[in-house]
Amino acid sequence: MSETAEKDQSLWLLTASPTFWAAHFLLCYITAAIWCAKVVGLGGSLASARVAIAVYTVLALAGIGIVGRVGYRRHSHGNATLPHDDDTPEDRHRFLGFATLLLSALSAVAVIYAGLVIFFFRSCY
Amino acid sequence: MTGGAIVIWIAVIALAIHAFRARPGSHSGRHANYLILGGGAIVPTIVLTALLIYGLAPIPALLAPAPEGSLKIAVSGEQWWWRVRYETSDADAVVLANEIHLPVGEPVEFRLESPDVIHSFWIPALGGKVDMIPGRVNRLSLTPTKIGVFRGACAEYCGTSHALMSFYVRVEEKAAFDRWLMRQRATALPPSTPLAKRGQASFLANGCGACHAIRGTPADGVVGPDLTHVGSRLSIGAGILPNKPKAFVHWIARTDQAKPGVLMPAFGMLPKADIEALAVYLEGLR
Repeated sequence: MSETAEKDQSLWLLTASPTFWAAHFLLCYITAAIWCAKVVGLGGSLASARVAIAVYTVLALAGIGIVGRVGYRRHSHGNATLPHDDDTPEDRHRFLGFATLLLSALSAVAVIYAGLVIFFFRSCY
Repeated sequence: MTGGAIVIWIAVIALAIHAFRARPGSHSGRHANYLILGGGAIVPTIVLTALLIYGLAPIPALLAPAPEGSLKIAVSGEQWWWRVRYETSDADAVVLANEIHLPVGEPVEFRLESPDVIHSFWIPALGGKVDMIPGRVNRLSLTPTKIGVFRGACAEYCGTSHALMSFYVRVEEKAAFDRWLMRQRATALPPSTPLAKRGQASFLANGCGACHAIRGTPADGVVGPDLTHVGSRLSIGAGILPNKPKAFVHWIARTDQAKPGVLMPAFGMLPKADIEALAVYLEGLR
């Protein structure tokens, strides 16, 4: 069955990158909160939490990269022309693929913004 | 910041000139795409990233504790005023309201809290804003570098009169600051004129002391602002009225007009002469 068969196509892929973003955001906050409140206390070093957040960021960006690539491939497949709003499988694939790619780019930027914080904050204040 | 504003201004003017000079008719699709991608996605992302880094960089220093021995000031945001407490080494802390004095060039640590709802402590000229969250003590450390009077405000919507919750910060030389702090620590001056004496009697007789403290008198309420040296402040009503007898009259008689939703009831029912005497008494509490 081809990758773009009608039956395989769903909206789920569209939600994957924002889900990575949401999960990354939550994990960063929860990790830092628990680390500061339960482990090292006020004024303690964030060192291990920063490493964890760096790992989350790399994993989230990798996941978003894979989803974005799949989206790009779906967008590149077929000959449906712009603006991809006909009721044919090809138009849908191209449209959903492109939307997935754009959402992946947005999610990547958001993940980088959340992850940037570790370069500035070194302690629990 | 000024440089950034100038760049944006030049870009907007250039676009306007371009729009006037552009010939009507269809434009190249590729150029339009570049404009959308560049102006709608790439440039905003770069600008936001730069602003984020610019904004994040100074935060750790503002949140870190000030060096040992620094001046410590507890500020409590309350609907809709600021309770200020200088935590001096002496047993008796200096309590005042809606005004903060700081010595220039010396680090200071604010401990920020709130007993009611979330407020946000913000002196734009001196440092970033920090939320005051019930049940928490947040910290803000800074070192004022310029002498002057700066306005502070509540930066988190906190109810009806949120916009009327301001305060003044006076940054002064260390010697002037020390003199000011010593005066603030002292008890209130006894009223010297007959009118002020009548004002004090009225203050005590009408129950003002249930909510307000004037150290050195029987008034020892803790609900509202400490008025021991209210006459020395730059404003009254949390930065909304000038420190003048007329403004005191307005505040006492029509409190709810001056600050809608305020906890203090208006005392417009008192005889006019009493209100005027109260105003003279309070304004004289230097």
